[in-house]
Amino acid sequence: MPTPTEQPSPTPAATAAAETPVIEFQDVEKRFGDNVVLKDLDFTVGRGERVTLIGPSGSGKTTILRLVMTLEELTDGYIFVDGEPLTHEERDGRRVPVSKKHQKNLRTRIGMVFQQFNLFPNMTVLENIIEAPIHVLGRSKEEAVAKAHDLLEQVGLSDKADAHPTSLSGGQQQRVAIARALAMDPEILLLDEVTSALDPEVVGEVLNILRRVAETTDVTMLIVTHEMSFARDVSHKVMMFDGGHVVESGPPEKIFSEPDHDRTKAFLGAVLRDT
Amino acid sequence: MTSPTLAQHVLAQAEDPGIVDETGPILDWGFAAEIFPEMLMAFLKVTLVVTVVGTIIAAALGLIIAIMIMVLPRPLAWIVRWAANFIRMTPIVVQLLFLFWSFLWLDPMVIGVIVFGVHYATYMSEVYRAGIESVPQGQWEATTALSMSAVRTWRRVIIPQALRSTVPALGNYAISMFKDTPFLFVISVPEMVTVAQTIGAQTFRYNEAITIAGLIFLAASYPTALLISRLEKRLAYAN
Repeated sequence: MPTPTEQPSPTPAATAAAETPVIEFQDVEKRFGDNVVLKDLDFTVGRGERVTLIGPSGSGKTTILRLVMTLEELTDGYIFVDGEPLTHEERDGRRVPVSKKHQKNLRTRIGMVFQQFNLFPNMTVLENIIEAPIHVLGRSKEEAVAKAHDLLEQVGLSDKADAHPTSLSGGQQQRVAIARALAMDPEILLLDEVTSALDPEVVGEVLNILRRVAETTDVTMLIVTHEMSFARDVSHKVMMFDGGHVVESGPPEKIFSEPDHDRTKAFLGAVLRDT
Repeated sequence: MTSPTLAQHVLAQAEDPGIVDETGPILDWGFAAEIFPEMLMAFLKVTLVVTVVGTIIAAALGLIIAIMIMVLPRPLAWIVRWAANFIRMTPIVVQLLFLFWSFLWLDPMVIGVIVFGVHYATYMSEVYRAGIESVPQGQWEATTALSMSAVRTWRRVIIPQALRSTVPALGNYAISMFKDTPFLFVISVPEMVTVAQTIGAQTFRYNEAITIAGLIFLAASYPTALLISRLEKRLAYAN
């Protein structure tokens, strides 16, 4: 039986059901103290699928990305990546944490781009990009540098390899952050409101780069954004969240044009009026 | 009626012009020039050596303490923190004397270097802690997202950024340590002020020796302070 990883799927929707999901949430609960952010959350993301999470702020969208990146610990339930438990597994009927090594191995398949870029200011742009491929994936320096230059060209910053992040504009920093995440060849790319901290006039250039990444790679994407036209263009599926629950989910054409729920209609009405 | 206090007695003496006649001019620059080389040697061979080596120990050990308190499991971290507090809360003179009488076979200068290094390490660890805490949460999150190892995270991301904000405070502690070196007299290390005291005792001319000691201290600390503030500005621009 071929393992799923050996078969890239050109049309995710057709094959997603047959394969192990890339991400699976099972009864996930996340509480901060008494505040329940996510409750009984179940969903799957197929290989190569691009899923956008929408909903009002505080609805738990960003928390989902942070749980997948292991930046937050879930308080109950299970998350699977490529069918393997990410944080906890069930053994003898009990929920036990997975080993650190196992978690780290899974985590190298996941990349994240943050709202605030989070580039390392003490390193040059190139050093930011090659650090993890060399020291985490064990690639040679030549290979990592070549790939970094390639990625910098893709994001239109070939001339900035030796610049320090603080000398770059917000839009440029975010493009470097995208290149840094892609340099790890992630299976899963998490995009957490990547344009929310940017000046309006540079939002387009960052989104265009991400559109190209979506078109030219089969990386699975989990996206939180307020840019509804971007969500419509790149997503296979849109999930509407409110109060820690999935209100509804479906293809973008459906959700954006004829949503079933009033809550979705009200949210989209408010957001789209803004833009 | 009470008998005159010591202070009143001293004041009365000072008003007596006879005291000036007995000791000559307040400062005799010729004599000062004569003793200067001996004092400078004491400064270079003891004061400066203890300060430089002590600062290196303090800077390195301080960082190690700060990181240990942050990464060790709870009970161990608690012990390190408690030990650091204990050292910080006891006077340096007591520590010098305690080690001196406990390890009589050790060169007193070695004891001096260790005590100054360890004592100031506990202060510097607090500076490092503040510096480490000032590194934005997002930097830690980026290292997690890139699956960087703990060692790489500290070495390449956290420590370089933490140091930037700690340089001025660390420099000021180095200057403090420098000015604490006269305490070495309690364990009979012949540092500069001890030498000054000896010269005074032998010639009954204290003012020259003590003044030169003060001037040498000033001549060394002031440029160091300037250097630190220059370094601070350089680091700020580089960011």
